[in-house]
Amino acid sequence: MTPDLSLLHEGESAVIQSIEADEALHHRLQALGFQTGKPVQVVRMGRFSGPLQIRIGMTDVIMRRSDAAKIKVGPRL
Amino acid sequence: MKRIALLGMPNTGKSTFFNRLTGARARVGNWPGITVDLMTAKTLLGADWAQVVDLPGIYSFHGFSEDEKVVRDFLEKNAVDLVVVILNATQIDRQLPLALQIRKLGLPAVIVLNMADESRQLGMRIDTAKLTESLGYPVAMVSAKYGMGFNEARQTIGFALQAPHPTAEVGLERVFSEDHEIESDTARILDAAVDLPRQMPKRHTVRLDRWLLHPWLGLPLFFLFMFLLFQFIFTLGKPLQDGVAWVLTEVRDRGLEPWMADWPPLLSGLLLDGIYNGVGTVASFVPIIILFFLVMTLVEDSGYLSRVAFLMDALMARLGLDGRSFVMLLMGFGCNVPALMGTRVMRSRPLRLLTMLVVPFSLCSARLQVFLFMTAALFSAQAAPVVLFSLYLLSFLTALLTALLFKGRYVSTEPFVIELPPYRLPTWRQVALRGWHEVRHFLRRASKFITAGVVAVWLLTHLPTDVPPNSAETLAGQIAGWLEPVLTPIGIDAQLSLALIFGFVAKEIVVGSLAAIYGLEGDALMGLMAQKLDWVQAYSFMLFTLIYIPCLSTIATLRQESRSLGFTLMSVLWSLILAWLSCFAFYQAARALGY
Repeated sequence: MTPDLSLLHEGESAVIQSIEADEALHHRLQALGFQTGKPVQVVRMGRFSGPLQIRIGMTDVIMRRSDAAKIKVGPRL
Repeated sequence: MKRIALLGMPNTGKSTFFNRLTGARARVGNWPGITVDLMTAKTLLGADWAQVVDLPGIYSFHGFSEDEKVVRDFLEKNAVDLVVVILNATQIDRQLPLALQIRKLGLPAVIVLNMADESRQLGMRIDTAKLTESLGYPVAMVSAKYGMGFNEARQTIGFALQAPHPTAEVGLERVFSEDHEIESDTARILDAAVDLPRQMPKRHTVRLDRWLLHPWLGLPLFFLFMFLLFQFIFTLGKPLQDGVAWVLTEVRDRGLEPWMADWPPLLSGLLLDGIYNGVGTVASFVPIIILFFLVMTLVEDSGYLSRVAFLMDALMARLGLDGRSFVMLLMGFGCNVPALMGTRVMRSRPLRLLTMLVVPFSLCSARLQVFLFMTAALFSAQAAPVVLFSLYLLSFLTALLTALLFKGRYVSTEPFVIELPPYRLPTWRQVALRGWHEVRHFLRRASKFITAGVVAVWLLTHLPTDVPPNSAETLAGQIAGWLEPVLTPIGIDAQLSLALIFGFVAKEIVVGSLAAIYGLEGDALMGLMAQKLDWVQAYSFMLFTLIYIPCLSTIATLRQESRSLGFTLMSVLWSLILAWLSCFAFYQAARALGY
């Protein structure tokens, strides 16, 4: 199974392998800078299974773990 | 007249740029093909007047949100002479595709790179000449917030407007099948014109977030801030409010009363006891309301609200909502109407409807006026802040309870993905503009609803003329008589029930109508209320005011945004039922306990 963004720990980075989201979310992620081949970092994890703070390029984004699971990543950097 | 459309992603400072460009003489206009109102303003560019339209912030033309549809429809149905694309310079790496999409559409455009100050601080270098060359559009760097580079940008826009452009009809269906083309273009242009720092320098945002998003301290800090802001508003606002009230009483006693002494009693009564007392009592709350909105502006523009969404999402998810829903509840503290419109960022209809169902429970500034008045009249200075705080708490609780009860009906799978902007300090100019906007908003409501409502209340309590005013034989007394069986069990008497009826129109009328009913204002009115009511009745009245439907504007907005009469009616009905049940439980329990 390919690891996904929701499996990373706080502070860890990895490179995006693919984005397996429906069309709408795919476009949104793309507009926020999520693209195959780009490195992403999990900056912070919300308590009580709260959302993740993800850094991509110059942008910080918050997303739920269920959405992060749709972003497949390579090995940890 | 030429027409300019402002386009950009959320958080790019588009509205700040709009205000600078037009001097904030904006009005709201209707446009063919779209259902929402857009801000427009006229401005002199070079020798010609141009009309500037502020389009909603969008991430891309592909999007499925309401706002993205609005922008697409606008560009399809309305010819524009120039599109000004505002990009956040610090995020040019991912915002450039929006400019390229505009280029694909073949629209004439000028690119404005905003937040030049921040990008420089970050160590970014952007070569605007190269960017202009590779984009084929003029490019200007500005800081809309501080006005840097603004005159040059204005000239660039004016110049581009002079050039003859074929304003072709935009056919958006044919748009953007070639995404990869935009991707490779973005990479090529960035490579040529932009120097990105390899690592983001540690900024104050990172340091602040370490505390404000702290796993355990984040939420307590949020509540502490709310409490401190609240304290700040009332500590500063109370003397201002007393000052306005004093001036109004002086004007009445020394100016108006002697002057109207010989007028027919019905006329002078209507003018003085009705309109002047009613509108005056409401007006004395305006300083607090302005302070309130100034503080809201600070919080809104600072970027902290996205952090609140992060902190609250875990709880909200369990209620079928998300972090943005909570932010809308906070925005609703100002006014429910913009908070309801703010739900447009949600794409899933069930999530939007559920959020719209809870927003009206948010304790808006108009309801705050009623509570300030009642707590000042009925509670000691020590107890008043606690009473107010309990009402804010109940406002959240009723919203959360409503979500919990209805979440089964509105199941959403909407992703929760939002941007976390860096912290920003708003400028005095932005804050002052907002304050002025609120004063104008109040004056408009005063001229529309409040005066009319106050007059109606006064007439109902004074007609017919052959019975004593405020007695059971007046029209008002008869209406109150019909409502008595429903309202007596919750401790609300005849005069208060009339105020509640008019509260349907706007909550500002509640206090105004009490002034009109009793023909008193300020301290005298408060004194009378304290004689007539005990604290249990007063709290029950406030509870009802908090929960039952906020005002006509909110109902109209619910109807417009949900596009469902059934949903709107259900929301109204639910709030009435919940209000009555809560008051019944409170009132009967308090009485049973011997209070």
